[in-house]
Amino acid sequence: MEEVKIGVYVCHCGLNIADIVDVEEVSKYATTLPAVVVSRNYKFMCSDPGQNMIKEDIKELGLNRVVVASCSPLMHEPTFRGAIQEAGVNPYLFEMANIREHCSWITEDHKEATEKAKALVSAAIRRVYYHQPLEIKEVPVNPNTLIIGGGIAGIQAALEIADSEHKVYLVERDPSIGGHMIQFDKTFPTLDCSACILTPKMTSVGMHPYIELMTYSEVEEISGFVGSFKARIRKKARYVDEDKCNGCGVCVTKCPWKADSEFDLGLGERKAIYTPFAQAVPNIPVIDTEHCAYFLKGKCRACEKFCELGAIDFEQVDQIVEVEVGNIIVTTGYDSFDPTPITQYGYGKFDNVYTGLEFERICNAVGPTSGKIVLKDGSEPKSVAILHCVGSRDENYHEYCSRVCCMYALKYSHLIKERTDAEVYQMYIDMRCFGKGYEEFYKRLSEEGVNFIRGKAAEVTDRAINEDEEGKLIVCGEDTLLCKTIRVPVDMVILATALEPRSDAAEVAKLLTITQSADGFFLERHPKLDPVATMTEGVFIAGCCQGPKDIPDAVAQASAAATRVLALISKGRVELEAATAVIDEEKCSGCRICNLLCPYSAISFIVDEKVSRINEVLCKGCGTCVAACPSVAITHKQFTTEEITAEIEGVLV
Amino acid sequence: MSFEPKIVGFLCNWCSYRGADLAGTARMKCAPNVRIIRVMCSGRVEPAFIFQAFQLGADGVLVLGCHPGDCHYAEGNYKTLRRMALLEKMLPQLGIEADRVRLDWVSASEGDRFVSIVDDMTEKVRALGTFTQNSEKEKHG
Repeated sequence: MEEVKIGVYVCHCGLNIADIVDVEEVSKYATTLPAVVVSRNYKFMCSDPGQNMIKEDIKELGLNRVVVASCSPLMHEPTFRGAIQEAGVNPYLFEMANIREHCSWITEDHKEATEKAKALVSAAIRRVYYHQPLEIKEVPVNPNTLIIGGGIAGIQAALEIADSEHKVYLVERDPSIGGHMIQFDKTFPTLDCSACILTPKMTSVGMHPYIELMTYSEVEEISGFVGSFKARIRKKARYVDEDKCNGCGVCVTKCPWKADSEFDLGLGERKAIYTPFAQAVPNIPVIDTEHCAYFLKGKCRACEKFCELGAIDFEQVDQIVEVEVGNIIVTTGYDSFDPTPITQYGYGKFDNVYTGLEFERICNAVGPTSGKIVLKDGSEPKSVAILHCVGSRDENYHEYCSRVCCMYALKYSHLIKERTDAEVYQMYIDMRCFGKGYEEFYKRLSEEGVNFIRGKAAEVTDRAINEDEEGKLIVCGEDTLLCKTIRVPVDMVILATALEPRSDAAEVAKLLTITQSADGFFLERHPKLDPVATMTEGVFIAGCCQGPKDIPDAVAQASAAATRVLALISKGRVELEAATAVIDEEKCSGCRICNLLCPYSAISFIVDEKVSRINEVLCKGCGTCVAACPSVAITHKQFTTEEITAEIEGVLV
Repeated sequence: MSFEPKIVGFLCNWCSYRGADLAGTARMKCAPNVRIIRVMCSGRVEPAFIFQAFQLGADGVLVLGCHPGDCHYAEGNYKTLRRMALLEKMLPQLGIEADRVRLDWVSASEGDRFVSIVDDMTEKVRALGTFTQNSEKEKHG
């Protein structure tokens, strides 16, 4: 083996490290360790001059191992690996000591921090001594993409990718795409009609030659890895032949059976055979077997009788479709918070207490009241209160701010003012109008005469204490600007309910091996710099499944995710994990313990040779098999026992 | 001067290492006693590493992985969980107090959880004092 020559570079990171850690001392200390040829410290190692310093030393001093003591390897490991590679050293002959996140940023004790930094640097030096060059292999990327969820984010991402003439499988579990956005009446702050701006996109999806739309379908299993995933999708039986149906709707008209409309949140009705709304894409009905008389009692078949195309098929069964894709975008959206547990607001108890989403349907021209803002008894309200932060910014439910409620509350106020003569009261904690044109919209509503009361509502009650309150819903609370308790009698109460993670988000996360943050939304790879990628290569997230956001943000994220996917498709190949495990067949006893441990089924037993062998393409390099091998026959490249032992020795100096 | 224990931390790359990074990024103050070794998965942590750490002068060993069910590699942390259960039984036989070894879970978003685990463990190990038994025994044959 050639002589090991290590270069050590201690970064000041401006003052981020140097303020707490004595970088001079750490750098001097490194020179005392074996095989260290040079040790320097510099203001910003990640800068061009910093990287050039390493490259020049490699050339002049013949370094063949490099240690950089700076930030987390999750930040700059690729930077430095790239730099030494440019200077002709294999990128794996490198190690980083994290003396910022794990050292200078967690303590103010200079002495402790410097001692710890020395230990971390010593560990990196001892470890890098044993590093071996690794070869990075590449595999091709399947140019097809799977998008899960057909709301605005999924629609946007699908169109962006399909427009580049790459195939997209768009899977939606409801009978139509459109998501929450198609349930909305208007959008803030421009007051565009939500359906008017969304339906053209939905139609484009439906007709796009590069989009295969699978509605009323769910992804059941994902296997593989970036570049070559396999997805198993269940297409639920619609009992309507998609190829024959032309969407004339006669079946729906003739169906005598009704059920609550999910699309109208139970405020309206639909038939047992139905499309959720008029502009549904695809415009093909489904039969709800729980309400269809034929499925319940074996009689009726009215739809079949009237369908001239013979598209009704009671014998249809669920179909399983398998698709192969290179990348996956998750756009599964959010659930609207159910305020029933907040009993003091009387949702479900009083007739005229609605959630935000329910009020969207009431406002909508094709909704249950044909767009008339009316009370349950059909009369127009004379006063409406909108209560902010229902389920958001509340330790009992969700600590986070749902970001859109202030704005949709303003939008409702405008719509109520426009269509009725009602007084509008908003009870808010803080008005958060953060987007483009949002503050201006708030100002406009103030001028339109909306009453803004600062203070969270405590209770909605029907117990009147004077004549004015008789027959009204009384919103009680405190006006924190006037420092007095108030009682506001109104006819209708709208709860600005939170956006929360889908109830089955955990299952979806497991399906895709992605993670959830503490609030339950899917976790991005980096909160600022990598907002649409996940920890799993080739799986991206966009829209409200990542956290509450408004339509412009959801669209921007969807486009970002599409761009990331297109970059991978355009490159056409993806690097495989180089730090995989490998079995020394001389040492392998053929016990097969590792075969069962591998979560990727990457290890197979070669019967003829009585040894196990690892498929390098499938191995993700977790190292679980290495730790379990009783014959010490498995080596984890870049995490060898020798390297880890050296590191343990190093941190304990 | 009070005794400052040295604790070796084995942290998985995907959840707990990121959680520890987050603690730093958010400038949460935390005991600097845990010296972190990054592994790809807590499943890589061999019991032998833990014994080695004690032999080489550690006063405690902390193993952190993703929460059960959240493992980046599907189920590596379950393997760790099983191994650690066996290991815990061996510790008293080797004269290692239970509080010196801890397995716990920290997700990438739980910087605060990382800090509370580290602070708690550091305090417990500090109370136990330095770990010398085995090395003393070895020295004196």
